[in-house]
Amino acid sequence: MEALLSVMIGVLTAGGVYLLLRARTFSVVLGLSLITYAVNLFLFASGRLTRGAPPILAPEITHYTDPLPQALVLTAIVISFAMTAFVIMLALRARAELGSDHVDGHINQPPNTQD
Amino acid sequence: MTLPLVILLPFIGAVLTGWVARLGRMQAAWMAGLFTLLAVLALVPCVPLTVAGETVLWRLDWIPTSGLNLAFRLDGLGLLFAAMILGIGLLVILYARYYLPERDGLGRFYAYLLSFMGSMLGIVLAENVILLLMFWELTSLSSFLLISYSYRKPESRRGARMALTVTGLGGLALLGGLLLLGDMAGSYDLLIILTQGEIIRAHPLYTPMLVLILIGAFTKSAQFPFHFWLPHAMAAPTPVSAYLHSATLVKAGIFLLARLFPVLSGTPEWTWLVIGAGLTTLLVGAGIALFKHDLKGLLAYSTVSHLGLITLLFGLSTPLAAVAGVFHIFNHATFKASLFMAAGIIDHECGTRDMRRINGLWSFMPYTATLAMVAAASMAGVPLFNGFLSKEMFFAETADFSSGFDHGWVLPALVVAAGVMAVAYSLRFIHDVFFNGDPIDLPRTPHEPPFWMKAPVAVLVAICLLVGIVPALTVDPLLRMTVASVLQAPPPDFDLAIWHGFGLPVVMSLVALGGGLTIYALRRPLFRLAARLEGWLDARAIYEWVLAEMLLFARWFTRRLDSGSLQRLVLVLLLTVLGLGVFGFLGSGSPLTGTRSLLPVDGVSVAMTAVLIVVTLATVALHRRRFTALVIVGALGLLVALIFIQFSAPDLALTQLSVEVVTIVLLLLALYFLPQQSPRESSNLRRTRDALIAVLAGLGAGALTWAMLTRPFTSISDYFITHSLPGGGGANVVNVILVDFRGFDTLGEITVLALAGLGIHAMLYGLRLPGLTQDAEGRPWNWDTHPAIMAALARLLLPLALLVSIYIFLRGHNAPGGGFIAGLITAVALILQYLTNGVAWTHQRLSSNMLPLIGAGLLIATLTGLGSLVFGYPFLTSSFTHVHWPIIGDFELATAMLFDLGVYLVVVGATLLILIHLGLMHRATHPHAEPTP
Repeated sequence: MEALLSVMIGVLTAGGVYLLLRARTFSVVLGLSLITYAVNLFLFASGRLTRGAPPILAPEITHYTDPLPQALVLTAIVISFAMTAFVIMLALRARAELGSDHVDGHINQPPNTQD
Repeated sequence: MTLPLVILLPFIGAVLTGWVARLGRMQAAWMAGLFTLLAVLALVPCVPLTVAGETVLWRLDWIPTSGLNLAFRLDGLGLLFAAMILGIGLLVILYARYYLPERDGLGRFYAYLLSFMGSMLGIVLAENVILLLMFWELTSLSSFLLISYSYRKPESRRGARMALTVTGLGGLALLGGLLLLGDMAGSYDLLIILTQGEIIRAHPLYTPMLVLILIGAFTKSAQFPFHFWLPHAMAAPTPVSAYLHSATLVKAGIFLLARLFPVLSGTPEWTWLVIGAGLTTLLVGAGIALFKHDLKGLLAYSTVSHLGLITLLFGLSTPLAAVAGVFHIFNHATFKASLFMAAGIIDHECGTRDMRRINGLWSFMPYTATLAMVAAASMAGVPLFNGFLSKEMFFAETADFSSGFDHGWVLPALVVAAGVMAVAYSLRFIHDVFFNGDPIDLPRTPHEPPFWMKAPVAVLVAICLLVGIVPALTVDPLLRMTVASVLQAPPPDFDLAIWHGFGLPVVMSLVALGGGLTIYALRRPLFRLAARLEGWLDARAIYEWVLAEMLLFARWFTRRLDSGSLQRLVLVLLLTVLGLGVFGFLGSGSPLTGTRSLLPVDGVSVAMTAVLIVVTLATVALHRRRFTALVIVGALGLLVALIFIQFSAPDLALTQLSVEVVTIVLLLLALYFLPQQSPRESSNLRRTRDALIAVLAGLGAGALTWAMLTRPFTSISDYFITHSLPGGGGANVVNVILVDFRGFDTLGEITVLALAGLGIHAMLYGLRLPGLTQDAEGRPWNWDTHPAIMAALARLLLPLALLVSIYIFLRGHNAPGGGFIAGLITAVALILQYLTNGVAWTHQRLSSNMLPLIGAGLLIATLTGLGSLVFGYPFLTSSFTHVHWPIIGDFELATAMLFDLGVYLVVVGATLLILIHLGLMHRATHPHAEPTP
């Protein structure tokens, strides 16, 4: 099972990185979302994988999964929403100010590229 | 204990003075004076103990694990400096009130001055050396503000920047030195450091530590080769110069030498470095001062020279030299402050400071002239004035020190040469300015300044005279007390008298006086020679060259790295991360797979993995068709939620689900304002390159996950699990961690959320973007009103959804749920109304101003935390009790729940703020598309 999760995180990262390298803001935001999934899953997995032992205390149960990564990831999910929102608004603002949704603000090569 | 108040009061005064200045100049001056007096009053109760030879200590643990405490001490040395800082500060406040022009509001000036005063007091009263360094940096900053006070003048800005660069650099070195020192002594508290001299001097790292600390002290005290910033700091208004360059800023370095004297001194390294720097500075400063035509320039270089003299004395390392050093600190402060003030009066009255034009002022302002002449005579070391006493001790000590060496005459000869030059430039100050013919072409006709402008000078000059004539009655006890604290031992035998009998020091003094007269008589050919040598070995030019080269390099480096393209920067970042990752993998040498036993694979998991891979690949393949890609990403979010469910994380699954809904709605709304398709721009080669990088990154992330998951681990979570119920009163450990154990983190996180909301609010302000008129395939936009059945259903759903969110919120402490999830559910329920009923309809019923909601949430969360302080518990300690509610059942009522309410409100507020503003933008682009229902 651990191998499957590793594959999933790897695939999400690869997809995210590819989209991150695209030239348009919307693709970059999608790429960031994919990387967010991968990172959240990775953080979550740092508590190792456990089935059927949620950290809800009950009298007859003694074995629970690690609750700490869960608490961290819970806030990370909400914060990454805020980040996605911020980035997409930045993209809108950039489009309004620069007239283009290219990540560099213009489609042509930047003037001071030297190589 | 009132010791911390001494430091705090000037800072409070700075704020109040800046505020009161709107009422007028007088009020600002009174307020500044009042707070300085209050600081004096706060100091008074501690004085008797210090005078009795004790060290007054005040301590508050701040970060004790790092050895950082809010600790202050008052001993003789601290008292001498505090008295000078407050006393001269008071005089400067009075003087500046009359010196600065009428149009000047004075609020900013006094605010800077008081904060500088507070920082300076912090240095001299600090018990912890790290604390000392913080105040040290604060003096750098506040003196920057003071020097750049007339910020419209380029030379003020340049002078201030230079002072900040040099002293800031020194501060950095000092940080390193003090950390080493603390490490050697085993504590950052002076109380312990001062007893560890033997161990520290024998430590192998003694020399690097000494060099670092000396760089700090020398930059601050303008010792060669860092002396060049001080004359440029003269661009400050004269009251500032009188304060900074007499008793305070530049004395901070000397203070440090005196403070660490018992620990650092006595080694050959100390002797060579400190004597070398002091002697060079003494000679260079005196030499340049002689040829300055600017009145303040002369005083500035003479300050440099006198600082060198004091440094040299501390370099001699003998107890008697320390006595002379401390004595000269005091004397220099009094005569130099009065000289600067007199120079300011002359500048004020004549409109120029050029000594080639200012002549014969004796007949215009006899009182000021008398005062200035006394102070200058003290500076020259003429008998009956205080400068004579310390200078004679200085001559005696250098002669005494050198007597045991071969070529022992060199040092005394050189210091006499410096004495000759000091006499010459002092004489020039007196003769050139007050006599020597008539003034030449002055902008205005000088006359005596107002009484209160002369009064501070008179006070200081009176001290010079009193100390000079009856030293044993005035300064003797102060000196003994200070020296005892500098040496950390009983003071040596010394006798302050004007006449010690005929000996070498008297001869040296006489030679200095006679030589000075001769040099001054020969000044005209010497000035011509100096004019020809001008610009030779200019430390400032070297400084500016280094600075320019560094800027050029930084610019070149930045241009190489950042061509202004985000794509390129992201590429550089990713390649760096990949490179470091590969390096780490290959370099670690440990196997990829660990020893932990693995979970079995089941069919559902395989299917889920397959779906996730397909969906991710589809997102990438279809990303140019943005709408489609977005829908697919939504599916990915649901899959991630399923993974959370599978591995025992119901809270995460709930959060992920609701966040996914909000995110997709947000991106859909935003997509409306963006092109519907991405053009195909990248070349095949580039896409292949990016794909390769992506695959490498994916392989890396996968391998890392695999390596982590197969390794055994220990967690600190057992603590949370065992203490969740008894300590936090909740069975849902994740929620208890969020609102109780790690509540402070959560408070930070909701603050970030609130800030993101505010940032978006600001970013969308006044934004106008054209909306769509047709979709990606060119079909016209559908302007149908919102479907009636869906609208009605959504309205019915709202109370139900809100009820669910309340339920989720209330049970969150014991079962999956809590503030975050409930907040998201509420937000989704409200957004649903916007989507189905339209912005206008919802807008009439729900305010779009979410800022109060966010503010209330943050306030509740913070106040809950502060509430526990009231009851004497640490910040954010929760308490709880069991209550039996009808229908709902047994129920814990915890203060953590109140905190969770804050979380809930911030989440609802921030989420709605973000989405509503986008919704309002839609309405602005298509007002006709929104018929009122």
